[in-house]
Amino acid sequence: MARIDVRKTYKLYIGGAFPRSESGHSYEVQDSKGKFVANAALASRKDVRDAVVAARKAFPGWSSRTAYNRAQILYRIAEVMEDRRAQFVQAVQQSEGGTAAAAGRQVDEAIDRLVWYAGWADKLAQVVGNANPVAGPFFNHSAPEPTGVVGVLAPQSSSLLGLVSVVAPVIVTGNTAVVVSSYSRPLPAVTFSEVMATSDVPGGVVNVLTGDAAPLGPWLAAHMDVNAIDLCGVAGDDELSTALEVAAADNLKRVRRAPAAEPDWSADPALSTMTDFVETKTVWHPIGV
Amino acid sequence: MAFEYAPAPESRSIVDIKPSYGLFIDGEFVDGHGSAFKSINPATEETLAEIAEADAADVDKAVKAARRAFRTWSRMPGKERSKYLYRIARIIQERSRELAVLESIDNGKPIKESRDVDVPIVAAHFFYYAGWADKLEYAGLGANPQPLGVAGQVIPWNFPLLMLAWKVAPALACGNTVVLKPAETTPLTALLFAEICQQADLPAGVVNIVTGAGDTGQAVVSHPDVDKVAFTGSTGVGKAIARAIAGSDKKATLELGGKAANIVFDDAAIDQAVEGIVGGIFFNQGHVCCAGSRLLVQESVADEVMAKLKRRMGTLRVGDPLDKNTDIGAINSAEQLARIRALAEIGEDEGAERWAPPCELPSAGFWFPPTVFTGVSQAHRIARDEVFGPVLSVLTFRTPSEAIEKANNTPYGLSAGVWTEKGSRILHMANELRAGVVWANTFNKFDPASPFGGYKESGYGREGGRQGLSAYLKAGA
Amino acid sequence: MPPTVSTDQGSSPGLAAYADVTASETSLRRFLHGLPGVDQVGAEARAAQLGTRSIKTTAKAHALDLAITMVDLTTLEGQDTPGKVRALANKALRPDPADPTCPSVAAVCVYGDMVADVKAVVGDNVNVAAVATAFPSGRASMEIKLADTRDAVAAGADEIDMVIDRGAFLAGHYLQVFEEIVAVREACQRADGTHAHLKVIMETGELQTYDNVRRASWLSMLAGGDFIKTSTGKVQPAATLPVTLVMLEAVRDFREATGVQIGVKPAGGIRTSKDAIKYLVMVNEVAGPDWLTPDWFRFGASTLLNELLMQRTKLTTGRYSGPDYFTLD
Repeated sequence: MARIDVRKTYKLYIGGAFPRSESGHSYEVQDSKGKFVANAALASRKDVRDAVVAARKAFPGWSSRTAYNRAQILYRIAEVMEDRRAQFVQAVQQSEGGTAAAAGRQVDEAIDRLVWYAGWADKLAQVVGNANPVAGPFFNHSAPEPTGVVGVLAPQSSSLLGLVSVVAPVIVTGNTAVVVSSYSRPLPAVTFSEVMATSDVPGGVVNVLTGDAAPLGPWLAAHMDVNAIDLCGVAGDDELSTALEVAAADNLKRVRRAPAAEPDWSADPALSTMTDFVETKTVWHPIGV
Repeated sequence: MAFEYAPAPESRSIVDIKPSYGLFIDGEFVDGHGSAFKSINPATEETLAEIAEADAADVDKAVKAARRAFRTWSRMPGKERSKYLYRIARIIQERSRELAVLESIDNGKPIKESRDVDVPIVAAHFFYYAGWADKLEYAGLGANPQPLGVAGQVIPWNFPLLMLAWKVAPALACGNTVVLKPAETTPLTALLFAEICQQADLPAGVVNIVTGAGDTGQAVVSHPDVDKVAFTGSTGVGKAIARAIAGSDKKATLELGGKAANIVFDDAAIDQAVEGIVGGIFFNQGHVCCAGSRLLVQESVADEVMAKLKRRMGTLRVGDPLDKNTDIGAINSAEQLARIRALAEIGEDEGAERWAPPCELPSAGFWFPPTVFTGVSQAHRIARDEVFGPVLSVLTFRTPSEAIEKANNTPYGLSAGVWTEKGSRILHMANELRAGVVWANTFNKFDPASPFGGYKESGYGREGGRQGLSAYLKAGA
Repeated sequence: MPPTVSTDQGSSPGLAAYADVTASETSLRRFLHGLPGVDQVGAEARAAQLGTRSIKTTAKAHALDLAITMVDLTTLEGQDTPGKVRALANKALRPDPADPTCPSVAAVCVYGDMVADVKAVVGDNVNVAAVATAFPSGRASMEIKLADTRDAVAAGADEIDMVIDRGAFLAGHYLQVFEEIVAVREACQRADGTHAHLKVIMETGELQTYDNVRRASWLSMLAGGDFIKTSTGKVQPAATLPVTLVMLEAVRDFREATGVQIGVKPAGGIRTSKDAIKYLVMVNEVAGPDWLTPDWFRFGASTLLNELLMQRTKLTTGRYSGPDYFTLD
């Protein structure tokens, strides 16, 4: 008799743990050809709530890590991904279709992107911060700081490279994230969560919810303890993205608007992927004896 | 014999206020089509002038003029644009006394502030951004950054000309054109600025000024051909603007309310801290978004600090804004005065102890004495709501972590103050305070080279410095 | 009437509470270093802000007369002669011979050996102040400093302007500085139980920091000085508005703490009426109106007096005057 394979249960990633959805719901995930692959947890608004609590709790610690340390941890994620490259290639191919070679290129780029962002951790302040020569006896200096908890609606198509491209710039500067993964292609996000759980990323820094951005987005956008939101995951849905932007205005979240269509993720990222989620803090001090 | 200072009024003969003003569109003063309104002197309640109100059609005309002007202004070499801005800066310096007197008459702020703070920083702001106009490739947005287009700008009444400068100078330097709406209670210096634009031969349509109240402002920010919205004012209106532009391509900078903590540790240079507390809350009648309206004082020095503060408050001179010895001028409007009074009454009702030095207030005009509330806790409304007046709430703390917790315990995040002689503690506090500007051992300092703007519900974007350019530029193709 | 110079603070219970502070070098150091610091930029900004007060018309007339009555008309030169100091003494009595309403100055300030010559002219109508304790450097033995003081008192000095040992202060030997002031204060004692008024010159230009100025002020007040004074006039910078601000804060706080009022004397570098009025505004707003008398505030100056007189004449006549109309002594 053939061996019965052990099927994996795909769960949420909140506060460093892998809970099922509070609602108990899950949904069927199919591969690119429509074949059943697995059940994924279907995140609810209460999971959004829990994830925001976890992200807020993680924020003081993560944002006060040294930039060098955050760089090391992002680089560590890349290392562990490289180690599990085959698994990611399979997950991407399963999700997005195409050849194994094409999926492999996606994975390679995702890893390289993490390495690229890792290097920014201790450089962004040098590039976008500065000394300000004010007209008086004052030391005056401006530097970027993380804005806080960032809601990220991850892209729907690019299940891994797109995901990494929206998560890495948020956390590298010290923000913590609540990520809603691609609805139909959530499995690379779950594997990515497992990598983070084993890469020295403190629990709560990245929280990954598998589920549908349409019902979850409004909860995240209206949440008063979320400081910013990236609407990439609702690209092309003008009505929804406008509604989310309106909801985000309730506490003046910083909003990275949804593009008309999902961008080409292989292009070099702009600095704004990071600067959209930082605040400039300016400190004055008299100079005297 | 007591040393009484005789009145030392600044002459108002230097300003020539016209009986009525139109809108400034496409380089000309034109009639408005809304219902005209009056601007009054808040220190006397006398009517200063009748001001045209721009209706939606007037705003549309202004935006169209700005759009036409954008084509040439944005393509003009930066070094040429820069010379226009330098010209404007120079004219502001030359006419500084006139601008200062007019500002004090229309706004109610003391002449020593309009003369020594507002107008000099206005000129400095134009000088600063004039120098950027031909150096935009160094703004941090890549080799060939592009202006956004037409900027719709709505500014408040607390620093009428200074807020105009913060909006107009960077916008123009980056190659944008503007439609600016000054506050309805303080339009006069903006209209004088329109004359300065004419005097500088600034091309028609580059700066357009439309006067009016909320409806006019709404018409400006929601106009479909406005590419950029810049607003300074209340958090409530800021949120409404953020909603209104949702789903559009408009970029926004919002500089909104605050409830800044001014934190005094027991090892502070107490006399300078007291000056910082006084300057932090009573500067400009407390009509300052970044005012240090919550004093957090370490319990071990609270009595000493309060005694010195009250003593110092007793020397504040409230009265005629044009008297060179006036420290605190008039509240800008009857409406604002009513709001301050209401919040002060709530403070008393909630059990905080109210104190003001004895001071004689003029009979006409809008006045509120410098006031301090002690025994305030975080739950009191005067510790949470922005009063926007000369009212200080005093809370105490025991440890640095308690100070940080209380300071950050607000939806706002514009500014904060720290007073301690210990260097490492300053840097720790500066790291931990969630505010866009941290003043350590100083307060309420402004400079064109220094970015200003808030965290959280205090808005987004920065004004001033290199960071201020990114509000008016996009990366080039 | 010359200013009164007979406060006796030694018995104040408020001051007695500070006996522990001066009991040892350690306790004194701990106390002085425990005083709140002074932020230079903030203090200078406050001084400049007070300097923008606009004093006009009646307030100006009042201020000018007040400033004249606060002047310690000073000559402290190697070339001083009896003739020179007598001329100065006459000027002190009648600063503006053309105008009998013009008040006298507070005192004439000279070296100790000139006291008798001044006294012969002014009698009891204007005080005589003598610098002592090896002025201006203070570099001499204790015996000589005390003898210097006693000689001046014996010659009839109403006031003694001593210098502190800045070297000892900067070396951190606070108790030594304290004890010297105490000893000089004792040397000011007269047989009849009264004492010559003691002004303690801190030479703030050599102390460099405002923190030091505040510490030296408290040290001098605790040691029994009746006045604290900025400078000898021989070192630059001499009196400045921010230094005087820090000293005015110190006397204000000292009275708050002990009940004892101490006077303040900026000396050197105050040359214009405008400057003098800025000082008066500062006294008024920082220490308070209680200090706005010659008993509690003085200007150590020479050329200032004629400037004040010219401004005074301008106010009364409505036209600008010239130096030829005022005596040069």
